[in-house]
Amino acid sequence: MVRKLPRKDAVIIGLGWTGAILGHELTDAGLDVVAIERGPWRDTATDFNVAYAPDELRYAVRKDLFLQPAQEAMTMRNNVSQTALPMRDYGSFLPGHGVGGAGTHWNGHTWRFFPSDFRLKSHLTERYGAERVQDLQIQDWGVSYEELEASFDRFEYLCGISGKAGNLNGTIQDGGNPFEGPRRRDYPLPPMQMTYAPTLFAEAARAKGLHPFPTPSANLSGAYVNPLGIAMGQCTFCGHCERFGCANYSKSSAHTTVLPVLMRKSNFEARTECEVLKINLAPDGKSATGVTYIDVNGEIFEQPADIVLLNAYGLFNVRLMLLSGIGKPYDPSTGEGVVGRNYCYQTNAGTQVFFEGKHMNPFIAAGALGQSVDDYNGDAFDHGGLDFVGGAGLNCIPTNGRPIQYRPVPPGTPRWGSEWKKATKQYYNNTLTFSSQGSSYATRGNYLDLDPTYKDRFGRPLLRMTFDFPDNDIRMSNWISGRMQEIADQLGGKQAVVARARKGWNSVPYQSTHNTGGAIMGTDPNTSAVNRHLQSWDVPNVFAIGASAFPQNAGKNPTGPVGALAYWAADSIRNHYLKNPGRLVEA
Amino acid sequence: MTSSHPLRPSRRQFLSSTGMILLGASLGSAKAAEHSGALPWKPFSALPPEPLPGGRWYVFSPEEARTVEAIVDRIVPSDDLSIGGKEAGCASFIDRQLAGSYGTSDRLYTQGPFMPGLPTQGYQGSAAPTARYREGLAALNKHSRDKLGGKAFFELTTAEQDQVLKDFEGGKVDYKASAGFFNLVLQNTMEGFFADPIYGGNKDMAGWKFIGFPGARYDYRDYVTAHNKPFPLPPLSIGGRPEWKTGSR
Repeated sequence: MVRKLPRKDAVIIGLGWTGAILGHELTDAGLDVVAIERGPWRDTATDFNVAYAPDELRYAVRKDLFLQPAQEAMTMRNNVSQTALPMRDYGSFLPGHGVGGAGTHWNGHTWRFFPSDFRLKSHLTERYGAERVQDLQIQDWGVSYEELEASFDRFEYLCGISGKAGNLNGTIQDGGNPFEGPRRRDYPLPPMQMTYAPTLFAEAARAKGLHPFPTPSANLSGAYVNPLGIAMGQCTFCGHCERFGCANYSKSSAHTTVLPVLMRKSNFEARTECEVLKINLAPDGKSATGVTYIDVNGEIFEQPADIVLLNAYGLFNVRLMLLSGIGKPYDPSTGEGVVGRNYCYQTNAGTQVFFEGKHMNPFIAAGALGQSVDDYNGDAFDHGGLDFVGGAGLNCIPTNGRPIQYRPVPPGTPRWGSEWKKATKQYYNNTLTFSSQGSSYATRGNYLDLDPTYKDRFGRPLLRMTFDFPDNDIRMSNWISGRMQEIADQLGGKQAVVARARKGWNSVPYQSTHNTGGAIMGTDPNTSAVNRHLQSWDVPNVFAIGASAFPQNAGKNPTGPVGALAYWAADSIRNHYLKNPGRLVEA
Repeated sequence: MTSSHPLRPSRRQFLSSTGMILLGASLGSAKAAEHSGALPWKPFSALPPEPLPGGRWYVFSPEEARTVEAIVDRIVPSDDLSIGGKEAGCASFIDRQLAGSYGTSDRLYTQGPFMPGLPTQGYQGSAAPTARYREGLAALNKHSRDKLGGKAFFELTTAEQDQVLKDFEGGKVDYKASAGFFNLVLQNTMEGFFADPIYGGNKDMAGWKFIGFPGARYDYRDYVTAHNKPFPLPPLSIGGRPEWKTGSR
């Protein structure tokens, strides 16, 4: 028995970063909006209580704020010759859950991608020739950095990002990132105070001729009132950021920047613990009529709506499109189809430098407090004599000293017993870590589709992820590891250990919750699922907003571009779609 | 259209009401039926952790408990750096974790079919941690009795215990799951030694004192720029400090 509810102007699926921004923008435009969120309601005062928030076991190890596999898992394999099996526990990446989504427990690194990243295929082809990218399925975004600049700016000012501009209207600024695209004004807040390890890292990088700068951070360096009138406080460096909600109103998230205003609006409603089962289509399949969802009691509802906004985590945007029959599923054997195409990830490697007699105090930390180097990111450097494209940001951002998961010891140390104890005590406070966060470029064989065997609790197929690190990205990452070795040598220390990326993506150890693609944006309906306005080519009253739209991933954290795309899509809907509902770009 | 104030829903996430092991009257308090095993908060809830009474085993039999105590005391041996894993409560910690949803994997994906996977695909067994402990501890004691003069693991010398554990760790025994079992115990022992003491291990914050982790402190603003200087304050638990007598156990 399905209960049919009164029509809404717009239904939002998922109340995280993009859902909150779209909800705010569309209600400002006068629309009657409902957001449907499958996780619980969460708020700072009630759910991230300062008295028990610093609980590593509960939040970091048992992952209490995250999506649990019992609710929705997905299957994985490295290539089509393998049989995908379910990730019975999430490991390599940790999808968010509940109001605020992954924006609840992110670290807060808030980047803009380079201008060249948005026209990657054109840019690399122009600079190096078509041959250099022929093994890759990289594409242009269909939107330029210049077009997105205002949206980046709005997101950074919504959040109160703490940082130092490197390029103000084309003029390079000392102390900022000289490789970034031009920005219209500086960050809303100055950089955070710097801890010891990133200070050492920046000195070493500078000595090697590189250009370190404070990582742009959504952990606030001071008190801030955002354009919506919502106040936040200074970060207190508690070292419980990633995997935790912020108990201190110091980390930008939907809770701390949008929801206090949005929830008071009479034309907005949030329904939590309600999971959308599918987007309903009209009989001709050319428009959506709303969504069907199930609540926590097992009751099923139909919510009619004129506009359907996919604002779930990117992977789940893709799955809902596949489950609902929106867009042609991608087939890697032919390279045809669009939904599931160009799934990308992040190509990372870590470095540990072991010292003696230092007090790094790793527990004095914040999720995005550190120093970064972009000299080897994207196409900031000449790839002419190299055997790869892409690059990596080098980041010294020691986020925590939580001891269940952070106990660095040199290789060869036993994992237990007296020798393990000695090394653990010696190096807990004497280790400097930094890492490379590398680009992930699309290939024909990396994609998402529906699993033929495994089902969720409602009997719907799980998402199937087929992914391995492309050869290009492995070569890139290994070259970058060589650059990390140079910085590590400069740092001195007793011993340096630089990891090297390898083929065979492993779903078990945590790597990155930067899953991108699968419903990518572009200018050609044959190679993109949504147009440059994030509107479905096939069902024009459906918009899919999130990292699912990235044609490939850069060597940077995705939340900045995700926030910018949210404002970009909101503007497209407000300024164009509402005036003339229909395709915003002719196919 | 009416607005929906963000009131806390009366029913929490469905997962929190399934997969619970109700302790019922065994705790002897009016709130007992609301507890979920030894997990002192409900998954997906905003509930604070509630310390559970020690002094009893929730899951382990007496022989299993003695075996686990012997293992954790070799993983974290007592020496001049800290107390050992047994005195720190690591075995009791593991017992309480197994009694909750962790022990039964209620929050994980446990639907079949179960097929042997590749290493990149993670654990693909059908057994949840409690069952893996039951089987692994029995295998450990059988191995000890078969190879070392009929003695259970906890009756061996520490040198013998270390050797048996190394053989399990290296998969060199006649028990196929030995390395996986050892890794599980190793992970849980570290959790017990370094988690907040409210969970029954890390007695008097011994694990934190051992490495110099200040615990559940929330404001380091006065120390951020004190580069390369030792942090001066002692650790703090969610339950306070022992001398505050708020009951960290």
